[in-house]
Amino acid sequence: MNSDSEVFSLHINGVVREVTDSWLGESLLDVLRDRLGLLGVKGACEQGECGSCSVMVGDSLLCSCLVMAASAVGEPIVTIEGLTPEETLSDVQAVFVEAGAIQCGFCTPGLITAVHDLLDRIAIPTDSEIREELAGNVCRCTGYGRIIDAVQQVAVRRADSSDGAL
Amino acid sequence: MTVIDHDAGPRTSARHGTVGTSPPRPDGDAKAQGSFAFSSDLSADGCLWGATLRSPYPSARIVSIDLSVAFKIAGVESVITADDVPGEAYYGLISRDQPVFASDVVRYVGEPIAAVAADHPETCRRALAAIVVEYEELEPLLDPEQAIDGSHHDIHPDGNVIRHQRIACGDIERTGSVVVEGTYEIGMQDQAFLGLEAALAIPDPDGKGVELHVATQWLHEDRGQLAACLALPEESVRLVLGGVGGAFGAREDISLQVHTCLLALRLGRPVRFAYSRTESFLGHVHRHPATIWMRHHADADGQIVKIESRMVFDGGAYASTSAAVLINAVTHAQGPYRCANAVVDGYAVRTNSVPCGAMRGFGVVQACFAHESQMDKLADACGLNAVEIRLRNAMRTGDRLITGQPVLNVAPVERCIRDTAALPLPTEPIGGNLTANGGVDPMKLPGGAGRTADRGDIVRGIGWGVAIKNLMYSEGFDDYATARCQLADGVATLKFATAEVGQGFVTIAAQIARTILGIDDVRLDQIDTQIGSAGSTSASRQTWMSGGAVDLACRTVREAMFVDVGRAHDIDPLRLVIDGTDIVDESSGWRMSVAEANAGLAYDETVEYRHPPTVELDESGQGDCHTAFAFVAHRAVVDIDPELGLVKVVQVATAQDVGRALNPLSVIGQIEGGIAQGLGLAVMEEIIQVDGAIRNGNFTDYLLPTFLDMPEVIATLIEEPDPRAPLGAKGVGEPPCVSSTPAIVAAIRDALRSVDGVGKPLARVPVRPADICL
Repeated sequence: MNSDSEVFSLHINGVVREVTDSWLGESLLDVLRDRLGLLGVKGACEQGECGSCSVMVGDSLLCSCLVMAASAVGEPIVTIEGLTPEETLSDVQAVFVEAGAIQCGFCTPGLITAVHDLLDRIAIPTDSEIREELAGNVCRCTGYGRIIDAVQQVAVRRADSSDGAL
Repeated sequence: MTVIDHDAGPRTSARHGTVGTSPPRPDGDAKAQGSFAFSSDLSADGCLWGATLRSPYPSARIVSIDLSVAFKIAGVESVITADDVPGEAYYGLISRDQPVFASDVVRYVGEPIAAVAADHPETCRRALAAIVVEYEELEPLLDPEQAIDGSHHDIHPDGNVIRHQRIACGDIERTGSVVVEGTYEIGMQDQAFLGLEAALAIPDPDGKGVELHVATQWLHEDRGQLAACLALPEESVRLVLGGVGGAFGAREDISLQVHTCLLALRLGRPVRFAYSRTESFLGHVHRHPATIWMRHHADADGQIVKIESRMVFDGGAYASTSAAVLINAVTHAQGPYRCANAVVDGYAVRTNSVPCGAMRGFGVVQACFAHESQMDKLADACGLNAVEIRLRNAMRTGDRLITGQPVLNVAPVERCIRDTAALPLPTEPIGGNLTANGGVDPMKLPGGAGRTADRGDIVRGIGWGVAIKNLMYSEGFDDYATARCQLADGVATLKFATAEVGQGFVTIAAQIARTILGIDDVRLDQIDTQIGSAGSTSASRQTWMSGGAVDLACRTVREAMFVDVGRAHDIDPLRLVIDGTDIVDESSGWRMSVAEANAGLAYDETVEYRHPPTVELDESGQGDCHTAFAFVAHRAVVDIDPELGLVKVVQVATAQDVGRALNPLSVIGQIEGGIAQGLGLAVMEEIIQVDGAIRNGNFTDYLLPTFLDMPEVIATLIEEPDPRAPLGAKGVGEPPCVSSTPAIVAAIRDALRSVDGVGKPLARVPVRPADICL
């Protein structure tokens, strides 16, 4: 495998990380987890069906299991680790915990990444928009009810705080 | 927006974090940050990867296995087969009938034959490909009826019938003036937890023991089976719960535990295994596919007078929990209805299919689809509606099951039905509200983003399902849970081996301790085998069992503290109580904070909690075999496109008998999550096997409910604390997925009938588009 390996750099969570031991064609998921130790990115289907491995690559929310790591060179990559403020929680993370949106938690990092992306694009999504936008993230525990509630709570809190700022 | 409605009760004044409130999960922050360590995240210095070679045939004789080429691949450290198992060659939950590695014959597609350890998963894959196995194919047994009628030779030394159980109750010759019957089929469902099977084994330096970090439902049961296979004393096999990404029954059986430990012990190095999704479909048991014939006899006014049933459960190649699943099915044949006379014949059989075992609902799911389909037929035959027929037969506390066992628990079946009926129907019109600009919202239509349904063709239906579900283990099993409570300087530390699989026991354990001890600072020790067994996280049993153990341990500590405090302050300890965070002498008004009273004192109590004993069924299926029961009703509303066979579940309303909601938010989470799995079985989830091989063992082809498939859930929690439950609380995990499935199917039938006045029987789940439109 060494003969096929190549050295390249990825911009992950604002830091340039050199990947020295990857084989050509290795997925971004495997490179993030196994080469760079970013274990918050989860793998559960390796077919882009469940969204557990969701990360931001540039402006796009992608299943990292479907992306070749080498093809993400030059793009800013954001994982759940990059969305987590130092020693605290993002607003989405905090509300997920409070609202009962987490059970086993395996889908959670990918889902929270997707919710940050959704609320960055649509400040106050409708129920229908939340469901369509998050339909690529499967949760087997919650039946989604508490997650939808959490997304709506974050949207309201953000709207309230921006109202307050005005 | 989901409506949550429950009796507010006295909890409104409860201190935050105690029983009845909904504090956040203690592991919530780590899970939200992505820093929670699931078993697939675990590694160790010098760790090797393991992988498993599996059979491509459902039935074949192994002629030879040649490992020589695999051993020569650079990076391969070990290759093992059945010859390398030092102890018991077989394992299993109820009977040890499953080989660690197949040696003489293979009995299902996916059966392990060998395992390798190497420096990288890719090296493992190459090693597996280099193992040469010569097979002689045999005729597989794939028809469960052939297992019963004896027309196929035994595929296992234990025979082809895993268990046959008959129930004969009352006057079995009795007939009714109204008779309805049907044959129902339930497909094979996968638990489809997201966190794939994974484990890390670390051998002791002297090679005489091993520590296994694994995602499982029952650490001690795993340890017992493991130690036997490894030929080690149990105390030399230490298990630690690796973070569990969901379970739903699929982690009750051994999968990779023995293989991981064998390789680690052989090599003296840590070894980790991690299944892929496709391997996971082969590596764990599934919900039994079943065929159930039922005939109901009733009076003209709809009172059930007798039920007859024949049930056949396909257990696949190895027994797993099939015998217990079958018992659940036959003993729940009547559903939550009074029935004095019954004849039930149940078979759990062995075939060359992938093994089946525990999945949420455990046999009752299959029985409930049959009895609830029958109740609707009975309603039609008697000219009653779905609610009336069920109310007329609703079981009450004290009524007897067809096993002769009286239902001694709170049994609010009638209230479940009435409270569900009282919940509002969806306000959205058929096909959903139009968008702001007056257009159709395709997400509201059957078929959703496929955009194939025409809003004008959509019809709506309403259906009902009501269920009884047993809680805890049955049939004489010594079912107990262990917990330890330490209290020192106002800090309580709890230890238990209860597998936290996402359900939230870690949350309520701390709530119980805060309530009983009157302190807020509760810490949880590591979940491992350094304490006695907690039993399995299954059968909706941990709130009752491990909750009961934590409750008892905390009460024992509290009584010891009362003695010391009473002595120090010259108060009869019997007069002391906990009020919030204070110890109070109610007669004198003396009070002191627990933290202050506890200063310098330390307590440490370990207890076992047991439920009352149960018995095995006799030959006629009579006996008090179950421990306790919970009840639930579901009402489903669906929109369907009858021409395309597409279904959109619009709403599920439910009233569930929970006893007492220790953590209402967690209860709602269990209800919504269980309904999602019931919906999956109703309309989309099925493992398809062709000639004994799974054809859709991946998430592209095995369909799971997404955000767009799940409807709004409206739930009422019926809180009538059960005096037989240690905390008044019943298990809540399984009932939501038991009767939600028949409710959804009944709603589809109702919608179809509105089209042509006749409809379709839809006697099989999952209901496929072709079942609706052809």
